[in-house]
Amino acid sequence: MDKPFAITLDVGTSRANKTGSWRTERAVYTNRMPPCNDACPAGENVQAWLYEAEEGGAGYERAWRKIMADNPFPAIMGRVCYHPCETACNRAQLDEAVGINSVERFVGDEAIRQGWTVSVEVPPTGKRVLVIGAGPSGLSAAYHLALRGHTVTIKEAGPMAGGMMRFGIPRYRLSRDVLDAEVQRILDLGVTLELDTKVGDLEAVRQDYDAVFLAVGAQLGRRAYIPAGEAAHVLDAVSMLRDLESGEKPLLGRRVAVYGGGNTAMDAARTAKRLGASEAIVVYRRTKDRMPAHESELREAEDEGVLFKWLSTIKQVDGGRLTVERMELDDTGFPRATGEVEELDADSLVLALGQDTDLSLLDGVPGLVVEDGVVAVGSDMMTGCPGVFAGGDMVPHERSVTVAVGHGKRAARHIDAWLSGAAPEPVARPALATFDTLNTWYYSDAPRAHRPVLDRARRESTFDEVVLGHDESTALMEARRCMSCGNCFGCDNCYGVCPDNAVIKLDDPGGKYLIDLDYCKGCGLCVAECPSGAIQMFPERI
Amino acid sequence: MLRQVEGSQAVARAVTLCRPQVIAAYPISPQTHIVESLSDRVRTGELTSCEYLMVESEFGAMSACIGASGAGARTYTATSSQGLLFMAEALFNASGLGLPIVMTVANRAIGAPINIWNDHSDAMSMRDSGWIQLFAESNQEAVDLHVQAYRLAESLSVPVMVCMDGFVLTHAFEEVDLPSQEQVDAFVPPLVPQQLLDPADPVTIGAMVGPEAFAEVKYLMHVKQMAALDEIPVIAEDFLRAFGRASGGLLKPYRVEDAETVVVALGSVLGTVEEVVDAMRDDGLSVGALGITCFRPWPVAEVREALGRAKRVVVVEKAFAVGAGGIVGQNVRDATRNLPVDVYDVVAGLGGRPITRASLRRLLDDVVAARVDASRLHFLDLDVELVQRELERARHGARPGPHAENMLRDIGTVASGAYE
Amino acid sequence: MAFQQIKLYQTGTFVAGNRLLDPEQRSVQARTGRSNSLTSGHRACRGCGEALGARYVLDAAMRATDGNLVAVNSTGCLEVFSTPYPESSWQLPWLHSLFGNGPAVAAGVAAALRAQGREDIRVVGQAGDGGTVDIGFGTLSGMFERNDDVLFVCYDNEGYMNTGVQRSGATPPAATTANTKALGGTPGNVFGQGKSVPLIAMAHEIPYVATATVAELRDLEYKVEKAMTFRGARYLHVFVPCPLGWGAASADTVKLARLAKETGLFPVFEAEAGTVTEVSKIRRQVPVEDYLRPQKRFAHLFGDQPRPDVVARLQARADRNIARFGLLPEGDE
Ligand SMILES: Cc1cc2nc3c(=O)[nH]c(=O)nc-3n(C[C@H](O)[C@H](O)[C@H](O)COP(=O)(O)OP(=O)(O)OC[C@H]3O[C@@H](n4cnc5c(N)ncnc54)[C@H](O)[C@@H]3O)c2cc1C
Ligand SMILES: Cc1ncc(C[n+]2csc(CCOP(=O)(O)OP(=O)(O)O)c2C)c(N)n1
Ligand code: SF4
Ligand code: SF4
Ligand code: SF4
Ligand SMILES: [Mg+2]
Repeated sequence: MDKPFAITLDVGTSRANKTGSWRTERAVYTNRMPPCNDACPAGENVQAWLYEAEEGGAGYERAWRKIMADNPFPAIMGRVCYHPCETACNRAQLDEAVGINSVERFVGDEAIRQGWTVSVEVPPTGKRVLVIGAGPSGLSAAYHLALRGHTVTIKEAGPMAGGMMRFGIPRYRLSRDVLDAEVQRILDLGVTLELDTKVGDLEAVRQDYDAVFLAVGAQLGRRAYIPAGEAAHVLDAVSMLRDLESGEKPLLGRRVAVYGGGNTAMDAARTAKRLGASEAIVVYRRTKDRMPAHESELREAEDEGVLFKWLSTIKQVDGGRLTVERMELDDTGFPRATGEVEELDADSLVLALGQDTDLSLLDGVPGLVVEDGVVAVGSDMMTGCPGVFAGGDMVPHERSVTVAVGHGKRAARHIDAWLSGAAPEPVARPALATFDTLNTWYYSDAPRAHRPVLDRARRESTFDEVVLGHDESTALMEARRCMSCGNCFGCDNCYGVCPDNAVIKLDDPGGKYLIDLDYCKGCGLCVAECPSGAIQMFPERI
Repeated sequence: MLRQVEGSQAVARAVTLCRPQVIAAYPISPQTHIVESLSDRVRTGELTSCEYLMVESEFGAMSACIGASGAGARTYTATSSQGLLFMAEALFNASGLGLPIVMTVANRAIGAPINIWNDHSDAMSMRDSGWIQLFAESNQEAVDLHVQAYRLAESLSVPVMVCMDGFVLTHAFEEVDLPSQEQVDAFVPPLVPQQLLDPADPVTIGAMVGPEAFAEVKYLMHVKQMAALDEIPVIAEDFLRAFGRASGGLLKPYRVEDAETVVVALGSVLGTVEEVVDAMRDDGLSVGALGITCFRPWPVAEVREALGRAKRVVVVEKAFAVGAGGIVGQNVRDATRNLPVDVYDVVAGLGGRPITRASLRRLLDDVVAARVDASRLHFLDLDVELVQRELERARHGARPGPHAENMLRDIGTVASGAYE
Repeated sequence: MAFQQIKLYQTGTFVAGNRLLDPEQRSVQARTGRSNSLTSGHRACRGCGEALGARYVLDAAMRATDGNLVAVNSTGCLEVFSTPYPESSWQLPWLHSLFGNGPAVAAGVAAALRAQGREDIRVVGQAGDGGTVDIGFGTLSGMFERNDDVLFVCYDNEGYMNTGVQRSGATPPAATTANTKALGGTPGNVFGQGKSVPLIAMAHEIPYVATATVAELRDLEYKVEKAMTFRGARYLHVFVPCPLGWGAASADTVKLARLAKETGLFPVFEAEAGTVTEVSKIRRQVPVEDYLRPQKRFAHLFGDQPRPDVVARLQARADRNIARFGLLPEGDE
């Protein structure tokens, strides 16, 4: 076309006009720390594995491998973890937290169903590491050390691996098939497990190894002094649960009182019911909302008919009868005796007042410091004795399977560094992806899917798992509720919303985007409309 | 084929023969018969492959033509008077974009006061709109000019306005030789647009142009109009060859070669002027006439050439620039610059007032007898008494200043003169 | 929402794309192959809603017509920022004529295409609110009444932005503009004027009328696509915030469009042959104040002499829309 001068122009010629020069701020893609990841004691990259799981199909295995990079127990986690990730989840401020734990369980179970395995990808280092205790902490450390090519031996006092996962947590919360499968996967990496091998003196065995990880947990049930008559039947919760798991059915009677307000108390009471007690009553000295037991465990116990007696202490135990004193809370929330007493019928009293660690094996270990009955460690999990590391219930920290796993992982990282003489790679911790960095408009309203539970009748009489798993579609839906806080999930919004077409979408399935600085005017729309807060504005140096 | 036919029908037929693809028009007297007739012709299928848009206004009509022309269609519209003014903005746009639109203007006065009768105020008001303006003397010429207009518009990519006197021509029944379809098809080749909205070859039409290139764009528009001055005679010659009839061209000289006094006029009044010329020649007076067929572009050299030997040029025009004077007269003065000639501006035939032979004869006699002041603007057949009465009445109010006093003196002159 | 909900709980129908969706279900804007009908290098202000809206609309129309599209544009920001000689940002055939004649020019293009037997090529006319509801209103109404085969799109930024932010017939009451300042006790633009061209369009009983905002891309694209399934006159009124004219942060463009809908101030609906067929329900209702506060054009309502009375009148306008169009989800009314 012989176009008229100036009036008629060639199309698309404005690309010669680089409007990027107008910019005073530039848009930059970033990654923020999702609160779930931040809260995970095992350091799981929750958002990242949910991202994979959201895809369904082949995504589940990728999700599982992402979990396995941090935590060898996805299926166990999906059952027993107290999921602080969900407490931290930003979605809780929108509707309800993402059911991260239920997705983890689905993915973990899927791995067992499909027989997915991991393998050691590095050559052996020739270094020998001793792990004492095959609880979650010891197993986690062994797993991560094995993956790094070290030769690991676990010495375990008990007859089976698992620690409190097996001898504490009852079967109705954690199926032993699942436990066995996930433990076996670790052993399959070539980890040597020596059962029924209680270490009595660390110093005696330490020299055979290049490093040691202590993970003996807290096995001793705490006893409180309660005047007891001759016929009184008093036992502690951990022993009772351990006996049960070892095949000895404890004799509890028809009416069982449990003293304490933690998770162990809940498990003891619920177990008592299953063992045939017609009445299980939990006696606790504070109020319900001050109970340390996890809310879900309390709810499940209540569902199963466990009774509660709040603001009460036990003064005296006699055959078939307890004397209980009523308490009241003072201004600071501390319980104070009132002097009012009453009687309570009980055939037995189970004490669930916490556990202590048996530290006798540590006698004479040079430099090792014990404080308040637990072993002091640095942030690298090393005790005062070089080359001796510790984690899990035996170090001062919140006690949970997940914390124990996290300690095992962190210890493995530092043991590895210590063995090679190099400083461990620093872990980058970007700024938190807080709720206000998100644009939640873009997330569809999607109420959370709650996991199905076993019938009441079967819960009262059997040790079958109470909480069931999601089917695939529900798990997938739940995964897709994740808002991908702080990390791009390929929604194309930035690509769509830029008035200057300054966002380039690379044509690869990974969905990458670039800002075209030739044309970005720095309006900030992509930042404002990124649902997940994965773009930030930075001032331009002018 | 010779037919006794109303001017509007003849033009409608001529337009039909040119095969416009989009017609968008809005009715206004005296243009109505043309567009009504075209509507009939589209409905009956006499004109095929043509979309007729019943638009909501003349602004819409011209705008639709702009769109249609931009999309590569041959387009047509017609209007008059107020309608032309209502289009004004779009007229400039069409010419600025170089769109080959053809429009008939059935010339009519502009209100207020509202008046439906013929004069040239409408066309003259748009003389600087960038459109080519051709004035038909007769219905035959109106027919012929439309055929030529399409060829001209499309060869140069400019819009062309064919002006014909409202009622005087549009509603007059005269014998007209209407060409055949084959003849017209042979004379007006299919449109090859200079620019086109085409998804296969997209362009941006109608860009914004700033100081850095605006003058150049306008200069090029001017060059294109100048080129039309060469193209128009060529087309007229071709037309003569093809149709055996002289029509169009830039100017129509009539007995000017040796004339001392030449009357310059546009449109249908030329017939009357020629009759007066003949009569005066019979009386031994050296009088001629120069018809302006192409007013825009202004054929300055050709006019100068035609008037080069005259002593007196009397411009009789059906419009004027209020507060300034003659419009065609100014252009004629420009064309005769530095020639020893007096140019008389005479406003005549406003709002449909007939221009009679007698009035013209009186005017020319006065001019020849040097009874008319060439430096003043004259109004043919003005009702001087009436005007004076009104001015008297108005005088009770504010005092007029010296310029208005001059006008009053003019009135005195006129009143004492020969032609009320 | 008038279009098929995609059951994707993470981001549903609200984001542009999402890697989890079937490519066919993604928006046109999410595609790497989108036509970018309005390409980079244009001179719109930072964060211009009109630039965004125009690309959204035209890319969707390009896709719906397989690229057989012609655009006609009235004078206004969109035209000025896209075509200053010697550079054009358009990537489709495009014609600009005047401020007030876009609809008629588009009608002419459509007529020409029909006459040439090229009805496969479709026509979009586009203008700002001034070019649509005011100066172009006559030609628009004519185009509607004739049922010309044109989709006319109004990019409503509620004022004459190109000439320096004066009031238009679409400027809301109480907004200050260059010629409706809050002086002499006036509240800014006065109450009781202005007009709803979508409703007027419906009164023409043309095949399709819809409103949309730049905040709901999928809804917008759906409406463009739907409009393209009809022949005859269609009208799409798109709400496009103007950071410059409204005194708003450039990053707030989409947010303000969202709030305009969520307050009820800008009802989003569809109508066929003069009857409303769908309305987009309010999802997270907010008081008008949330929408007004971030905009300097309403700052006088919250200044030294706050005007809660005026804010209440604006809220009443929103409430009236909510009642009139049934904007709240079922059960909330
Ligand atoms: C009843 C109950 C329920 C619980 N429920 C939950 C729950 O639902 N979720 C949760 O996150 N946490 C729960 N916990 C807490 C959790 O089980 C522990 O925090 C966690 O198991 C601690 O792991 P660990 O590896 O440090 O110690 P353990 O799990 O206690 O493992 C220590 C291991 O070391 C072995 N060992 C000890 N001494 C020696 C030695 N001298 N030589 C060799 N081996 C030795 C022990 O036999 C044992 O196998 C529960 C605890 C109890 C008691
Ligand atoms: C006939 C005419 N009158 C006035 C103008 C000046 N003018 C150009 S654009 C414009 C306002 C445009 O407003 P709108 O249509 O809302 O588009 P915006 O710039 O806001 O996108 C005005 C008044 C003009 N170009 N033509
Ligand atoms: S807007 Fe979407 S695609 Fe863009 S960075 Fe954010 S999450 Fe990723
Ligand atoms: S939306 Fe576009 S122009 Fe605006 S900051 Fe982002 S990339 Fe830059
Ligand atoms: S003034 Fe408003 S409409 Fe115009 S370019 Fe700027 S932001 Fe866009
Ligand atoms: Mg506007």
